[in-house]
Amino acid sequence: MASQNETNSRGMSATLLNLEHCTIRFGGLTAVSDLNVRIGENELVGLIGPNGAGKTTVFNLVTGVYEPTEGRIQFSGEDIVGEAPFEITKRGIARTFQNIRLFPSLSVYDNVRAAFRLHIKHGVVQAMWRGGGFVAEEQGIEGQVMEMLDIFKLGKFRDVPAKSLPYGDQRRLEIVRALATRPKLLLLDEPAAGMNPTEKVDLMKLIRFIEEKYRISVLLVEHDMQVVMGICRRIIVLDHGVQIAEGTPEQVRANPKVIEAYLGQ
Amino acid sequence: MNPAQPTSKEMGAAQSTAVVAKRPRGSNLVARWPKTLLLAALVASFVLWWFSNHINPYYADILIKIGINIILAVSLNLINGYTGQFSLGHAGFMSVGAYTSAAVTMFVAPSLIGATPSTALTVACFVLALYVGGLVAAVAGILVGAPSLRLKGDYLAIVTLGFGEIIRVIFRNIPKLGGALGLNGIPPYTNLFWVFGTAAICTYVVLALVHSTYGRGFIAVQDDEVAAEAMGINTTRYKIVAFVIGAFFAGIAGGLYGHYTLSIDPKGFDFMRSIEIVVMVILGGMGNTTGVIFAAILLTLLPEWLRTFEQYRMILYSFLLVVLMLTRPQGLFAWRRKTKPILAA
Amino acid sequence: MSEFLQQVINGLSLGAIYALIALGYTMVYGILRFINFAHSDVFMVGAFMGFYAGKILPHESMLGGIGALVFAMLVCAILGILIERFAYRPLREGSKLTVLITAIGVSLLLESGGQYLFGADPKSFPMMFPSKEFSLGGIAISSNQILVFVATAVLLVALQFIVLKTKIGTAMRAVSFNPQAASLVGINNDVVISFTFGIGSALAAVGGILYSSNYPSIDPYMGILPGLKAFVAAVLGGIGNIPGAAMGGILLGVIETFVNGSRYSTYTDAIAFTVLILILLFKPAGILGKLHVEKV
Repeated sequence: MASQNETNSRGMSATLLNLEHCTIRFGGLTAVSDLNVRIGENELVGLIGPNGAGKTTVFNLVTGVYEPTEGRIQFSGEDIVGEAPFEITKRGIARTFQNIRLFPSLSVYDNVRAAFRLHIKHGVVQAMWRGGGFVAEEQGIEGQVMEMLDIFKLGKFRDVPAKSLPYGDQRRLEIVRALATRPKLLLLDEPAAGMNPTEKVDLMKLIRFIEEKYRISVLLVEHDMQVVMGICRRIIVLDHGVQIAEGTPEQVRANPKVIEAYLGQ
Repeated sequence: MNPAQPTSKEMGAAQSTAVVAKRPRGSNLVARWPKTLLLAALVASFVLWWFSNHINPYYADILIKIGINIILAVSLNLINGYTGQFSLGHAGFMSVGAYTSAAVTMFVAPSLIGATPSTALTVACFVLALYVGGLVAAVAGILVGAPSLRLKGDYLAIVTLGFGEIIRVIFRNIPKLGGALGLNGIPPYTNLFWVFGTAAICTYVVLALVHSTYGRGFIAVQDDEVAAEAMGINTTRYKIVAFVIGAFFAGIAGGLYGHYTLSIDPKGFDFMRSIEIVVMVILGGMGNTTGVIFAAILLTLLPEWLRTFEQYRMILYSFLLVVLMLTRPQGLFAWRRKTKPILAA
Repeated sequence: MSEFLQQVINGLSLGAIYALIALGYTMVYGILRFINFAHSDVFMVGAFMGFYAGKILPHESMLGGIGALVFAMLVCAILGILIERFAYRPLREGSKLTVLITAIGVSLLLESGGQYLFGADPKSFPMMFPSKEFSLGGIAISSNQILVFVATAVLLVALQFIVLKTKIGTAMRAVSFNPQAASLVGINNDVVISFTFGIGSALAAVGGILYSSNYPSIDPYMGILPGLKAFVAAVLGGIGNIPGAAMGGILLGVIETFVNGSRYSTYTDAIAFTVLILILLFKPAGILGKLHVEKV
């Protein structure tokens, strides 16, 4: 962990995600302007900013929901602009959504199972034929899904429809589902929204745990300063689509531009 | 974002067990012995056909209609119910299969097997004809599915409806296939075995597909397309696969229908026919294959029961449809309840 | 050249009728975001009301014609409001699919009910308006066609006035933009929606009578095809957009008339759907529409 910290703070680790001069306009509105973001391997970065700063838009750009008007986005050194969202997920970027988008009618188990789509060998024909290979693969998936559900304390909800889970569990399930795609980079969109202080502490532990256990990078969009400051070693601050600051929590906290953006004049 | 929501796990669990719906009964059986069940169904169809001489012709006729409607409804259920793509063009696919397979048995087969073929050859030709009909309908499924992928909900419905109508107009303009008058003199090959055997295979295919990790993708597409894409599911591909498989079986159903009624005309595949099939899927409970089968049976019998009220038949039918939609929108046979999510996200 | 102009005139008059029906689709879609399948049957009921009014009112007189129009508009407005009240309102929070199926159910109910009440056999529509043929440099224009143009133009202007200048029109736009916000500022959404259905259905009634005056054979299933085509017109112009619906209707009418006059006339009924598929593929928002982007 200590060595990890050092490489991160010096920005020496290999670049995983690289946004260069990204701009997106919707009609006359510039939602994100000339944004440069670099995320290294096994790094936990926070993206903060006041309401309407363009944080979720950044996620939508990275995951292929929107295409940037200008600029380029690279993942593991390859351009990903113009690829469909599912192709970008295949490259190793997974996400959660600000307003929780589980598959409501599927069970908790099936929500995670559906996210194994990228890693299965069977297709239409094998599913119909149901030969030995198919059965073995399905059993393997069942084992992996249950292991993940148990790690995140969702095992007992296995057959419950996702929509009837309590709120906090839904947030957690969404993270588990994203992890099931085996990402190198996990994008979390306001995971602490609607949580009480105890739940927030749990969430912070959970995010650290994910980072350590799965050795992946996390980009965290969050409104809640306490959560971001508590776990991120590097923070990027957006305001009105423009990056106004970047640095360690201490640096960001002390930056007058950030204070101005959050408190207004 | 509801802070009042109970967050303690005990409460959550209690609440969840109350809401959790038992998985459809059929699904467990299918998961455990899928191929055995298929075999049993095929044998049962064979037995049914073996004794078909002892069945009152009126009931045999209704049985055939039920079987064909099961194929149509179960295959549409893959498109509408599981994948959530509202298609009003199923009768169009059916007509493609009906015309194609009739053309094969009427115009192609005689030159292949001669004028007085053996029974085995005739049967082989019929199977080939059905298969070709299904394949051509599947191609139509790609043609309809591909451009419709950018559309959702009622737009998709109206476009698929439009495709069905275009197909009808095209058939009306092919003199070789009888034009507006229709095609007569199709050989009477369809029997109870073929109909229920196909229904069994169709049901097996849909259930086996959906009950796999691959197949959960169909439901994921229906539940939330954006989330499905974000989980690496190629939603476009899934929709096309659903359209292709659904259209394939609709085409075969069309072939069976043509070789049973012995004459087909474009009017018989209008959008009313598509709506009938959609209603079966909806009343059965979208994405609930067992329910859809029951609905197909019920809705085939209903007009027969209403025969005594011939004058009011359609009025009653449409009135019941509206009332059912108002009172039980989740379908008559919905075990998998579609409750509103806790969070109005 | 004169044949070309003749076709244009015929196309315009057919298109104007499509436009009248399309307005009902577009207004309802603009507010409730669903295809009111029963609208095409309200059109049919309008035609039959004109037919029955013709049993009492004098034929071939402006008075009789206008009387039939007013009567049919009233009946259809009430019918539209009732349909919304009893079939659609209970489902307003329901899934779109349920509403769509209900609309199809209502449509079937009106058709089969019409078959029972009016009879299944086609009836010949009386000449309600004075009929005359004019000739302009080799181009024949019937008084019926002129009537269609005038009526459509007047109703369009009136509708635009209502939507843009009156209080209820402002409320309609507000509900269309955001129903929750509208009810928060004190708009009674139910009243606005009823009003919308009333107006749309009254326009369909006018369409029904004018259509039957030009194609004087009416039956309970007469609405299906013009209805579908009018819906296509609404999409073509940009659904939810009133001038767009008028434009789409006229465009579609002209295209269809030209195809009908060509050697591909047997494909006429497929034209509307081909246009629909093309427009949805290449300009899904329609000619004058705005595209809604889904928020993620």
